Amino acid sequence: MNGSQLLMELLLEQGVERIFGYPGGAVLNIYDALYQYSDRIQHVITAHEQGACHAADGYARLTGKTGVVLATSGPGSTNLVTGIATAYMDSSPLVAITGNVGTGLIGRDSFQEVYIAGITMPITKHNFVVRHVDELAGIIRAAFRIAAEGRPGPVLVDIPKDVSAQEAGSRRQEAGGVTQGFPLIPDSSPLQEAGSRRQEAGGVTQGSPLIPDSSPLQEAGSRRQEAGGATQGSPLIPDSFSLLEASAALINGAKRPVIYFGGGVNLAGAGELLRELCRKAQIPAVHTLMAAGVLGYEEECNLGLIGMHGNVAANRAVYEADVLLIAGARLSDRVALNPAKFAPHAKRIQIDVDPAEINKNVTVHCALPGDVKEIFAALLPRIEERGHPEWSAKIATWKAREYQPQDDDSVLKPHQVMRTISEIAGEEAIYVTDVGQHQLWAAQYVRHLRPRSFITSGGLGTMGFGYGAAIGASFSAGARPVVHITGDGSFHMNLNEACTAVSYGAPVVTVIFNNTVLGMVRQWQTAFYQKRYSATDPQRKTDFVKLAAGFGLPAFRCANLAEFRGTFAKALSIAHGAVPGPVWVECPIDKDERVLPMIPAGGSLEDMIMD
Amino acid sequence: MSRNVLSVLVDNHAGVLARVSSLFGRRGFNIDSLSVSATNDPALSRITIVVSGDETELEQIIKQTAKLVETRAVFRVEQSSGVLRELLLVKVGADEQTRPALREISVIYKAKIIDLSPGSMVFELTGEPEKIDAFLEMLAGYPILELCRTGVTALQRGAPEYRLKERLLP
Repeated sequence: MNGSQLLMELLLEQGVERIFGYPGGAVLNIYDALYQYSDRIQHVITAHEQGACHAADGYARLTGKTGVVLATSGPGSTNLVTGIATAYMDSSPLVAITGNVGTGLIGRDSFQEVYIAGITMPITKHNFVVRHVDELAGIIRAAFRIAAEGRPGPVLVDIPKDVSAQEAGSRRQEAGGVTQGFPLIPDSSPLQEAGSRRQEAGGVTQGSPLIPDSSPLQEAGSRRQEAGGATQGSPLIPDSFSLLEASAALINGAKRPVIYFGGGVNLAGAGELLRELCRKAQIPAVHTLMAAGVLGYEEECNLGLIGMHGNVAANRAVYEADVLLIAGARLSDRVALNPAKFAPHAKRIQIDVDPAEINKNVTVHCALPGDVKEIFAALLPRIEERGHPEWSAKIATWKAREYQPQDDDSVLKPHQVMRTISEIAGEEAIYVTDVGQHQLWAAQYVRHLRPRSFITSGGLGTMGFGYGAAIGASFSAGARPVVHITGDGSFHMNLNEACTAVSYGAPVVTVIFNNTVLGMVRQWQTAFYQKRYSATDPQRKTDFVKLAAGFGLPAFRCANLAEFRGTFAKALSIAHGAVPGPVWVECPIDKDERVLPMIPAGGSLEDMIMD
Repeated sequence: MSRNVLSVLVDNHAGVLARVSSLFGRRGFNIDSLSVSATNDPALSRITIVVSGDETELEQIIKQTAKLVETRAVFRVEQSSGVLRELLLVKVGADEQTRPALREISVIYKAKIIDLSPGSMVFELTGEPEKIDAFLEMLAGYPILELCRTGVTALQRGAPEYRLKERLLP
């Protein structure tokens, strides 16, 4: 068995049934093994490695399982970089496998050689270069474990071409036949294996003299830090019990409590417990872009999106809260626009599986490091059932003053199109967006959402993310409609993936909000640069309907809401028809449409722009 | 802003220093000095880092460093509960007139003269960073031709008080 076949066995062992990728010289051996394993591992070839990476990411975001992308050395691997960084910023579990030139050619600036491990160091949880086939099993298992464990994220494994051809077990013999006991496909514990190997190598045992027996460190916080932020054990280490009690006491004593939750709640599957928490103590909740769909749009406790383009009520509630429970959110500059003025009157409690998120951007009074689902479960029985009539009344008045865009059925208004999309696509639909105005409109106005079903590049803000991610998600969507919401700017970046959607009959309906300009940047130029529209009006003449024909897929253009309603319904039925496949629906919109309300970067509530 | 000494135990892998320094670069943490050394466990290296920053920054530095897969332990070495040492080599331009005065300074600081050439002499001094600073201050009036400091290396006094996190990597 060679390295490539071993890789296939390891992928199967990790439960991988599909990978996204693009072949090339340095991965020829791996593709040869994929050919042999094609009955068990499906390979999806995209138009571009970036699309493959977003596809693996989209698959991971929808299913919660680790996505796998495969690319060749050099440009193949650098084309993954944006996709890996996108996954990193949104904590999406991903294993990227790259080929590299043979070990003998590494470091010589060989053809298609690049030091991808160095390039991806700051955008992966960890990465590996496999120097010998005998390291492969341990590395692949560690890679999958690291990608999924704690706060998920991407891991890269770089495999030089000779390693993917090496016969497994060969080093042992070379080294003088050190024992037979190195299974090619050892049972499930890479770490023991790694440990035992080290012992053989250097006679060093795990129980190193450096490890003193448990000397518990005083502060709960510092203990976690020094344990390396390890969340392996129970998150509720004894010291955090007191923190848990303290947090519960704060919440129980609050007059104006608010929960602010983010993508971590989605990742932990803690939505149901969150809802219980909100209901039990009548606590209103606000969410980040990454947590859209965790609570229903119409739910009483859901005040909606917070931050730069968040709701009035959501932003005001956080500003006036006396206790703020932060769960799985990282207080980024799009939410805590001005960290000094973020929830300034509140006792802040923060739950995060990554202890480094606590106190990173905004300091908190009570830290609860650990799995948000487990902590919610521990918190719930400690929370008293009660209401906050005055607070609820105040919030109701803010809700009544929420920004209301004007309807106009004679043209296409973004908010009306979004509402229509969600009305027709239904509650089970999966929405995948690109980045820009359409992304925020989708977050604001798509009403029916399920957890893990609003897939968007929140952290890195990657234009061109959507199509690949939607295609990746569509493979695991079953009968659920996949709607790709994009703008003409984002779509132009990676619409080449149309060929992938056609090849695989991916039933993705793409709705293109075409304002012919780079709307979000232009909106900033309007507001802050006195309408100096530098490079945001590229005068493109792209005819999306004709372009679609070139790719071999149906496309429609609509002029008003009634037309859109009929066309979108038809598009969905075509996509899921006898011959499933992609469909585009183009929606021309006015180039002066803006995303409102808006709080400028670094600003606070007083700076909110409402019209 | 204060100067803090962090001791980081890492898996002894190729590239681990690059990972640690990449993290510091990316997060904008300021390194005053950094030294890497072997330990009594061949599987582990110790990186001793001197950083400046307030408590909040230091908390971030410790937590982010702890998150690296190859980091097995991170802890702070307090001046009071640790021993800190640094090695200095300094080459001073000196002639027959200035040599006795320089020699007198070196005797007081217990610095060694490890090279004497017609126009210069080289001193070696080991000690706490403050002592080295003070010694260099005494030399300020003389022409310093070349200088290098190793950066701080440090151990806690008494029994070790940290725990190693689980080894994740092969």
